[in-house]
Amino acid sequence: MSNIKEIQEEIVEEFEMFDDWMQRYEYMIELGKSLPLIDEQYKTEENIIKGCQSRVWVHADMQDDKVVFTADSDAIITKGIIAILIRAFSNQKPQAILDADTQFIDEIGLKEHLSPTRANGLVSMIKQLKMYALAYQTKVQ
Amino acid sequence: MSHTIDIEKIRADFPILSRKVNGHPLVYLDNAATSQTPKVVIDAIVEYYESYNANIHRGVHSLSQEATDAYEEARETLRAHFNAAKKEEIIFTSGTTHGINLVASGFASVLTAKDEVIVSALEHHSNIVPWQMLCEKTGATLKVIPMTESGELDLEAYEELLSENTKLVFVNHVSNALGTVNNIEKIITKAHQKGAAVLIDGAQAAPHIKADVQALDVDFYVVSGHKMCGPTGVGVLYGKEDWLNKLPPYQGGGEMIDQVTFEKTTYAGLPHKFEAGTPNICGGIAFGKAIDYLNEIGFDHIAAYEHELLTYATEQLLALGDLKIYGTSSEKTAVISFNFEGIHPYDIGTIIDKLGIAVRTGHHCAQPIMDFYKIPGTVRASFSFYNTKEEIDAFVQAVKRAKIMLS
Repeated sequence: MSNIKEIQEEIVEEFEMFDDWMQRYEYMIELGKSLPLIDEQYKTEENIIKGCQSRVWVHADMQDDKVVFTADSDAIITKGIIAILIRAFSNQKPQAILDADTQFIDEIGLKEHLSPTRANGLVSMIKQLKMYALAYQTKVQ
Repeated sequence: MSHTIDIEKIRADFPILSRKVNGHPLVYLDNAATSQTPKVVIDAIVEYYESYNANIHRGVHSLSQEATDAYEEARETLRAHFNAAKKEEIIFTSGTTHGINLVASGFASVLTAKDEVIVSALEHHSNIVPWQMLCEKTGATLKVIPMTESGELDLEAYEELLSENTKLVFVNHVSNALGTVNNIEKIITKAHQKGAAVLIDGAQAAPHIKADVQALDVDFYVVSGHKMCGPTGVGVLYGKEDWLNKLPPYQGGGEMIDQVTFEKTTYAGLPHKFEAGTPNICGGIAFGKAIDYLNEIGFDHIAAYEHELLTYATEQLLALGDLKIYGTSSEKTAVISFNFEGIHPYDIGTIIDKLGIAVRTGHHCAQPIMDFYKIPGTVRASFSFYNTKEEIDAFVQAVKRAKIMLS
């Protein structure tokens, strides 16, 4: 299993293949469609992150010593970015998730989607991923 | 298209319309959120700061007098525009929300627990929340005029809601989310028959419809400058003199006083009683210039031209198929709120932005309307007299492309 930094570099390389924004977005939409959906039972009020624009659900599980995230959104572009984030952050140890950043999203030209003022739920989602990691980390210790 | 408007000349008045966004010519269709600013208004702002910036109403020096004269001249322009009986009935505010809160706060000392207030299901959050707060404070009951599938108010239900206990009715002139033009004449008449006062939120109507507050016999009418080609941070509350005299001041401070001692302060007369502190002097002056600009074009011409744009855009969008338009009243301003089956409005908005098209997506600060239709939001395109048929073509093409990408 690659570490978070390696996965992020891999994603950046993938996006470098595209010439323009259209291709990048088309790819992202494809990723969104292929995202393993969150189990319906976790699509609860409790797991919802309400953005003004789109809603995001996220759920975390501890499998062995790693945190596994599943998530969903009602907007496909938001879901595409979730798919990218989850690819990097899921199946990692809590400490690694806590240490990681999201600089790679800037590098693939999707920075605008992580703007706190965009209100699509993504910034809160990243915080939520870290919160889960912190909770599991505390539990482990 | 219509010959009532010289579109090339008008577009040249707006510097921003010639810029590019994401490599494409800007197509600005978010006019219901804020309008763009013509050069005459920008020039008025620059001129104010370059040549006569001073505090008003209390200076003995020449600059202060010049600024005061210009500000009061703007008030007169607004009075004339809305046909208020007196200049004192025109209160400068920071915008519609401020105007609504000013009135709501004033009524806190008028209402009692047995009173009822009525709002409509079509309101912007800014015309819901202040009244909920008012009702919480006073114990009064809040009632809601229901809406119909076409996005119109159910006026029969409204008449049933009205009673001798109704003290206030608050309705927008035009719905921001759907563009429906409400029958405010009837709403006002029926409320007055029961002795209730009426506040009309004119924020969305004022850029398209010239309201005559005396003919309407409305008690309060509120607007924002930035939706009428003026700057942000300035607006106007029209209130009947009797009501404005009855309501207590909203904020304390300079400007709004007559005499101050530690024992007792007496308040200034209208309109200053409601204009505490240094106002947005430049904004008020520029707002006046924007009103002059709109009147030069003429509201009849604006309405006719925008209606042509609305009809054309509606036809073009519907031709794409699988599309649902929310708000289908025959009385509508140039607003189209829509969704495609199975596609989230945020996705459409994000993709067409890449093509230089500015629209609004989301719940438009009108969650009760979205709940009514059981949708998370809509894509809202709102047109202005400076938009063109060619821009609508670019918009429809962009939407088509987005739909293909997202399907």
